[in-house]
Amino acid sequence: MQGVSAEALLSLRADMLRFAQVQLRNTETAEDLVQEAIEAALRKSSSFAGQSTLKTWVFAILRNRIIDHLRTAKRTVSMSSLVDDDEDWQERLETLFNERGHWRDGPRPVVWPNPEESMQTRQFWAVFEACLDHLPANTGRVFMMREFLGFESDEICSQLGITTSNCHVILHRARLKLRGCMDSGWGRPEGSTC
Amino acid sequence: MLSCREVTEVCSTEMDRPLKFGEQLSLRTHLLICTGCRNYRRQMKALRQVMQAYAHGKAETGEPESGAPD
Repeated sequence: MQGVSAEALLSLRADMLRFAQVQLRNTETAEDLVQEAIEAALRKSSSFAGQSTLKTWVFAILRNRIIDHLRTAKRTVSMSSLVDDDEDWQERLETLFNERGHWRDGPRPVVWPNPEESMQTRQFWAVFEACLDHLPANTGRVFMMREFLGFESDEICSQLGITTSNCHVILHRARLKLRGCMDSGWGRPEGSTC
Repeated sequence: MLSCREVTEVCSTEMDRPLKFGEQLSLRTHLLICTGCRNYRRQMKALRQVMQAYAHGKAETGEPESGAPD
C-alpha cells in the first residue's frame, strides 16, 4: 500500500487553501483547485516516491493546477488597471528617497536578520502573508506569477499582454512594497526586546 | 552615477534577467560606496529565499490548525 492516505492529504487542506487563495484571490476557485489537487494526488499516489515530503509533493501538484488555471483563464489585465493599481507609488518613492534619489535617513535599508531562523515561526509567516495580501491586487498577481509560480518574466508579459518594461516596473513596485512591509513587520522591529 | 532610487530598480531587474555589462558595472560601483543599497540588495535575495520556501509549502511549520475537519 502506498504512503499517501486521504487523511494525510486532508490535514494539508487548510494550508493548501491559504496558498491558493493568496494567488487567486477568489475563494471559490481556490477551493475547486485544492479539491482537484487532492483528488489528483490520490489518483497518482503511486507516483509519490517518498523522496520529497508529502507536503512538497502535493504543493507541487497544486501549483501546477494554479498555473494551468491561470493559463486557460487568460486573465487579461488592462494596463490602466495595473497603473492605477498603485496610485500612491509616487508618494511612497518620496518618503523613501530625497529629491536627488538618495535614501532618506529613516528608511535607509538596514541589515535584516537571517530569515532561515524566522521561517520556523508562525509569527513570521503571518506577517509575510499579510504583506502579500497588502500588495495591490494586480501587482500582487504579477508578483506571485513570477516568484511563487516561477514563471519567467517573458512568459508573464505574453500571458498578460504587457510589455517587458511594464512587467519589470510592476515587479519592482511589488518588491519595493513587500520589502517595506516586511521591514516594518519583521526586519526592523520597533523597540525590539532587549 | 546611479541614484539609490535607480539602483533599487536594477536590483529588481537582476532578479528577473541577467544584467547587461554596463548595468552590472554601474550597480557594482554604486554598491561599493552605499550601505543602504547593499542592504536593499541583500533584502531582495532574502525575499526570494522566503518566497521559495513559501512556494514549497514551508509556511505553517508551527502548531497545526485546531479543529481540523473530521
